Amino acid sequence: MRIELTVNGERHEADVWAGESLLFALRERLGLPGSKNACEQGECGSCSVLLDGTLVCACLVLAAQADGHEVVTVEGLAPEDGPHPVQEAFVQAGAVQCGFCTPGLVVAAADLLARTPDPTDDELREALSGNLCRCTGYAKIFDAVRLAAGAS
Amino acid sequence: MDVLTPRTLDEALRLRAETADAWPIQGGTDVMVELNFDRARPRVVLNLNEVAELRGFARENGTLRLGAGLTYTECRRELGETLPALAEAARTVGSPQIQNRGTIGGNLGTASPAGDALPPLLVEEAEVELAGPAGRRTLPLEEFLVGPKQNALAEDELIVAVHVRPSGARQTFMKVGPRNAMVIAVASLALAVDRERGEIRAAYGSAGPVPRLVRAPLDEADGFPDRVAEAASPIDDVRGTAAYRRHALRVLTARALERCAA
Ligand SMILES: Cc1cc2nc3c(=O)[nH]c(=O)nc-3n(C[C@H](O)[C@H](O)[C@H](O)COP(=O)(O)OP(=O)(O)OC[C@H]3O[C@@H](n4cnc5c(N)ncnc54)[C@H](O)[C@@H]3O)c2cc1C
Ligand code: FES
Ligand code: FES
Repeated sequence: MRIELTVNGERHEADVWAGESLLFALRERLGLPGSKNACEQGECGSCSVLLDGTLVCACLVLAAQADGHEVVTVEGLAPEDGPHPVQEAFVQAGAVQCGFCTPGLVVAAADLLARTPDPTDDELREALSGNLCRCTGYAKIFDAVRLAAGAS
Repeated sequence: MDVLTPRTLDEALRLRAETADAWPIQGGTDVMVELNFDRARPRVVLNLNEVAELRGFARENGTLRLGAGLTYTECRRELGETLPALAEAARTVGSPQIQNRGTIGGNLGTASPAGDALPPLLVEEAEVELAGPAGRRTLPLEEFLVGPKQNALAEDELIVAVHVRPSGARQTFMKVGPRNAMVIAVASLALAVDRERGEIRAAYGSAGPVPRLVRAPLDEADGFPDRVAEAASPIDDVRGTAAYRRHALRVLTARALERCAA
């Protein structure tokens, strides 16, 4: 079946299988591999994207449900002239090791700061509770989000 | 496989009735796991996301009508005053990503013994509105939940809404699990101290085939933790033992009573 959606500000059409996820459509049909596929069951957050401005796991959205809707992936977060402040802060704070969790965390952190520009530590932990990282132990990731909050 | 996306409730009901074994999907947080892991391959998926009548909630002379498509994030944000235990439970579901997509109607559809929306709704004596070719019917949530992952929904019906008359009673929700986020409850409890009606109501989750309501008069609060623990019928499984679950319910009930007493 054919779906039509806006991804990172651009109209796209894609031929998808009825049972496939938005994550699969983004990665395999639209050539946007930024959103990562790890668990396919909503547990790890590495596939986090914004669907009509709401943070979701792309693996738990049926591609057909995104028909006529708007998606922003990690590829579309940054403005034209450089990285998004959260991306910049991840680099500055050393919050990236293998990097697999990074796209999802960057999208989730950007979503948090858009709604809560100066989060408390509790708000930060709760907002990122759906994103797993097997490398960093999270301390540097929290540093990065605090840095981005301070910078904006 | 095919996806049907109705735009109105009437269209959704017609498609549901006409199409044998069409699987409704709302937030997809249960259904997509089944599809991604090839545990299920329905012939037709009925996408309810575009049906405006299922969204949000409304006040109708003293009762609240929660649309089947009401998300946990909306419960947290909008119902903290009127249905505080439900709002607390919503906050414990999965993660922000799951709360943004997962719905009350989906929790009822799955009817898991661990469904976190169910104990708070039982304590508030919620009723479930179903619609099908024969029209609408409403039944108490207690009757809707018939077994583990089994509910009273007929093949040609949809869950439309949940109706609650907020009691105004002090109430809370508690959940035991290995961490605060992303856990299926090992045991959970919603409790309300309803002074107006002179009774305490509690409902447990993950401690029997279905979440169940237990009541007692206000003056029997002392024995209530034991009564809740005895009413449950937990099993041993990977998440915990039956004995631990009974113990947890006793502790949670005592704590919840304390919290709701003041
Ligand atoms: C990572 C993760 C964590 C989770 N954590 C929790 C948790 O902490 N607590 C908890 O309770 N649950 C949890 N869940 C399970 C799930 O999020 C909830 O059960 C949620 O309420 C399902 O809602 P949904 O809209 O996503 O349902 P869907 O997946 O869309 O549907 C679920 C079921 O309900 C049926 N259905 C949906 N809407 C209707 C309707 N209107 N009429 C008839 N049938 C309908 C579907 O056919 C399906 O059988 C978790 C899931 C994931 C993936
Ligand atoms: S791949 Fe979607 S949450 Fe893990
Ligand atoms: S940096 Fe490796 S998983 Fe997070």
